[in-house]
Amino acid sequence: MEAIVSILFLGLAYAMILYLISVGLSVTMGLMGFVNLAHGVFAMAGGYITVTLMSRYGVSFGVALLAACVAVALLSVVLERCLYARLYGAGELEQVLFTIGLVFMAVAVVRKIWGPLPQPIAVPALLSGQINLGFRSFPTYRTFLIAVSLVLTLVLWLGIERTNFGARLRAAVDNRRMAESLGINTGQLFTVSFALGSGLAALGGGLGADILAIDPGYAMEYLVYFLMVVAVGGLGSIRGPFVAALLLGIGDTACKYLVPQLGAFFIYLAMIGLLLWRPAGLFGRA
Amino acid sequence: MAVDSPVAQLIRADRLRPIELLPWVVAVAAYFLASGYLPLGSQIMIMILFALSLDLVLGYAGIVTLGQAAFFGVGAYAAGIYAVHVSGEPLSGLLVGAAAAAIVGAVSGAIILRTSGLTLLMLTLAITSLLEAAANDATPLTGGNDGLQGVAINPLLGLFDFDLYGRTAYLYCLVVLFIAWLFVRRLVHAPFGQSLVGIRENVVRMHAIGTPVRRRLLTAYTVSAALAGIAGALLTQTTQFVGLTVLSFERSGEIVIMLVLGGTGRIYGAFLGAAVYMIAQDQLAEADPVFWDFWIGLLLVLIVLFARGGILGLTDRLLLMMPRRR
Amino acid sequence: MKLARLAAAIIAITALAPAGAVAQTVKLGVIDSYSGPMAGVGEQMDRGIRLYMQEHGKDLPPGVTLEIIRRDDTGPNPAVAKRLAQELITRDHVQLLAGVIFTPNALAIAPLATEAKVPFIIMNAGTSMITTKSPYIARVSFTLWQSSYPLAEWAAKHGIKKVYSVVSDYGPGIDAEQAFTKGFTANGGQMIGAVRVPLENPDFVPFLQRAKDARPDAVFSFVPAGKQATALMKAFGDLGLRAAGIRLIGTGDITTDEELQNMGDVALGVTTMFHYSAAGNRPANVAFVKAYKAMFGQNQVPSFEVVGGYDGMAAIFHVIRAQHGKIDPDRTMALLKGWKDDASPRGPIYIDPETRDIVQNEYLRRVEKVNGQLENVELETIPMVKDPWKVLNKQ
Repeated sequence: MEAIVSILFLGLAYAMILYLISVGLSVTMGLMGFVNLAHGVFAMAGGYITVTLMSRYGVSFGVALLAACVAVALLSVVLERCLYARLYGAGELEQVLFTIGLVFMAVAVVRKIWGPLPQPIAVPALLSGQINLGFRSFPTYRTFLIAVSLVLTLVLWLGIERTNFGARLRAAVDNRRMAESLGINTGQLFTVSFALGSGLAALGGGLGADILAIDPGYAMEYLVYFLMVVAVGGLGSIRGPFVAALLLGIGDTACKYLVPQLGAFFIYLAMIGLLLWRPAGLFGRA
Repeated sequence: MAVDSPVAQLIRADRLRPIELLPWVVAVAAYFLASGYLPLGSQIMIMILFALSLDLVLGYAGIVTLGQAAFFGVGAYAAGIYAVHVSGEPLSGLLVGAAAAAIVGAVSGAIILRTSGLTLLMLTLAITSLLEAAANDATPLTGGNDGLQGVAINPLLGLFDFDLYGRTAYLYCLVVLFIAWLFVRRLVHAPFGQSLVGIRENVVRMHAIGTPVRRRLLTAYTVSAALAGIAGALLTQTTQFVGLTVLSFERSGEIVIMLVLGGTGRIYGAFLGAAVYMIAQDQLAEADPVFWDFWIGLLLVLIVLFARGGILGLTDRLLLMMPRRR
Repeated sequence: MKLARLAAAIIAITALAPAGAVAQTVKLGVIDSYSGPMAGVGEQMDRGIRLYMQEHGKDLPPGVTLEIIRRDDTGPNPAVAKRLAQELITRDHVQLLAGVIFTPNALAIAPLATEAKVPFIIMNAGTSMITTKSPYIARVSFTLWQSSYPLAEWAAKHGIKKVYSVVSDYGPGIDAEQAFTKGFTANGGQMIGAVRVPLENPDFVPFLQRAKDARPDAVFSFVPAGKQATALMKAFGDLGLRAAGIRLIGTGDITTDEELQNMGDVALGVTTMFHYSAAGNRPANVAFVKAYKAMFGQNQVPSFEVVGGYDGMAAIFHVIRAQHGKIDPDRTMALLKGWKDDASPRGPIYIDPETRDIVQNEYLRRVEKVNGQLENVELETIPMVKDPWKVLNKQ
């Protein structure tokens, strides 16, 4: 029993990080119809900025995270306006290739500046060690991760479901033409939601640096997982990636625990199964 | 003036133009003039064949896949296992590789081709990753992570030994590529090939005129898998080794890049793209191996922004700009 | 007048003669991973080569120059590695091959070395059977059996009775698991479980939880050095294995010097067996670390890959000097067999004439805090360990 609780808990932390990073991708892909494989670069950038601010400039954890978030969001706006906007009408292959090209470039630049070795992350003393949650102790940092992610998810959900902005966003995802004819400025909506998604990814990258190590290979290595979460969850949905991340993240951890021989296979088998059952994703539009 | 019937157009397109012989002239010349580069030449030709297989599904049928390496790898391992356990005869090994890859292509195609877009992309990726994990685990059969060793290949046709300088390997790859090229060329200039283009451009229309779309796609997918399998088998036979990387995501990604570089949907894009990429990698990577990724990335970005049709697309535009001959 | 001219001519000719008439260029082909996911490791090996050249380049015999041709295999890519070796041999006419990080690459090159009779000095790849694949292979780096087997013997004799093994699922990992199991059970220990972790895996938690459930005295582990080792260490801490009374032991790859600082205090007390630690206080090592820092930066720490490159060059220089630059393949192999170096940074080493594999000290180390920094402090030395796999499998 104790083991299962451990597994669930630690797997949950991993799943939450995946979710934070992937939800932005889901929105932009669903909203803009744009296959952005460079999304992992935003998460990676968030990680690098956070770590560098902390280690080289002595900035505190929270401030570094916030700064990384804002910086990456701004950077993504520039990217979106200058480069991505040109390819909105282009075919899927073009978008895939373009964004993969961006990933290659980013990876090479990062490797040149920071070197090929992973970046050491110094978790603030307050958040390290173990915390007693009453019935047993858990690693403090992972508890913190889960708590923060749940809060962010709630804020996101409230933002999408209960605000004006969220309503406009949902309308644009459902039917862009119609939304435009109602006077909604979808271009602006794109840019803002792209910035939000990228900022969230950066946050996920910085927060999750303990679990998903920050090194130049980050953007390529974990890309498959982000794409999996989005594909299984359903493009354009907020709930979808949440459920997908939980399923895949906890399922993966559980399988490795219970049947380690199948450890490498589970996540791919699960994805194939889920995608064949629901090709548009769990919460996607057919 | 009589209007060209579609059939007449196809027949005309199928007629061999002199410039199409250029790659073969270059290949034969290279054999005599660049004898130190024959191993590189063999691997370029293997990549060309691999890219040709991808062109069939990606360029002509419009199926965006990141899983072509699955067939390449299956062909490579099948040929390797065949050589270790059954016979070192190379030509039958090629057939074994093609057959194994075709089976995987047919089965996986039947399952996943009803999806499209991101879903299809992820499914192709998942299949390749599964095969890679399986090959890693099946150590007694595949050599696992260390790779399959002891792949001893008999002399080709009983006469030509696979020598250190790679001469036999080069000519072997050249002949196989030539035959494959003739086949693919005939295929795309036939109504079958045209129907693939139709499916790519306007699938609803194709349904409307009664084309068995699913069957065509599956056929194309299977044929493409067989060709990729032959390329994989060639690699195994000429290097006498099978490494786990034949099933990697990098292999799939690399071949897509090579094809797009040359130009999709045009057969010769595969030739040009693979050759340019591999030669550039060989030369430039020596100079600055770490930053090689950056240039490739920049190249991709520039191609998509300015040169959608790859190198051949660029040459087309250049030719259009030149003054017309009367 | 004529006599003076004649004398001058004679003096000139005799001055030229001793150099063996023609200047010799020895060509060495180095195949390393300069790009790809393991570029960091490849860079370390190259640093070892460069450091040695900087220190000893002048020690070549007069008239002999060494030309090093470097090629990039881009990672575990045996087809590429084989082609590069082929090109180095047929196009560049190298007389010696060296390098190689990855086992599959070394295995692909082995038949070429035999066919073309080109001595191949392996500076890293550590799977035991590699040296059996060609009579022209000599290895100066290490094998997994060399560190795992003595560790198992030590563990059995120091109160560790039950061990659970967690290794990465590839050649070296499987070697480590088999070596440890053999050594441990042969000395009365009990292996209560084993699990193999997929190589592409960001999270060790479920595997270590399984280990924790089985309640061993210690977990034995091998994972590739670097960020996987850090992930392993973090999971070990997060799951509270130490609080449950379980020790972590393994080969030195799990606590390599350059990665140790990233692991934090959770690594304290981890006991490993390895052939090299930058903290070793042998005079040769102190000088080596100093020279390394001078060349690459004061905050840089040399790792075992650096030493592999460095000592490999020492072996190569030995055969060049002994043959005055005229490399004969069989004579080279004869010279390599039994080659000794007492001044290697890792301690005395030699190449076993029977197996052409490295024989070296293994050091039992524990991670401790020294002057505020985490270090692998050497506690015991197990002298001159031959690769146990070959010893046990002697025909």
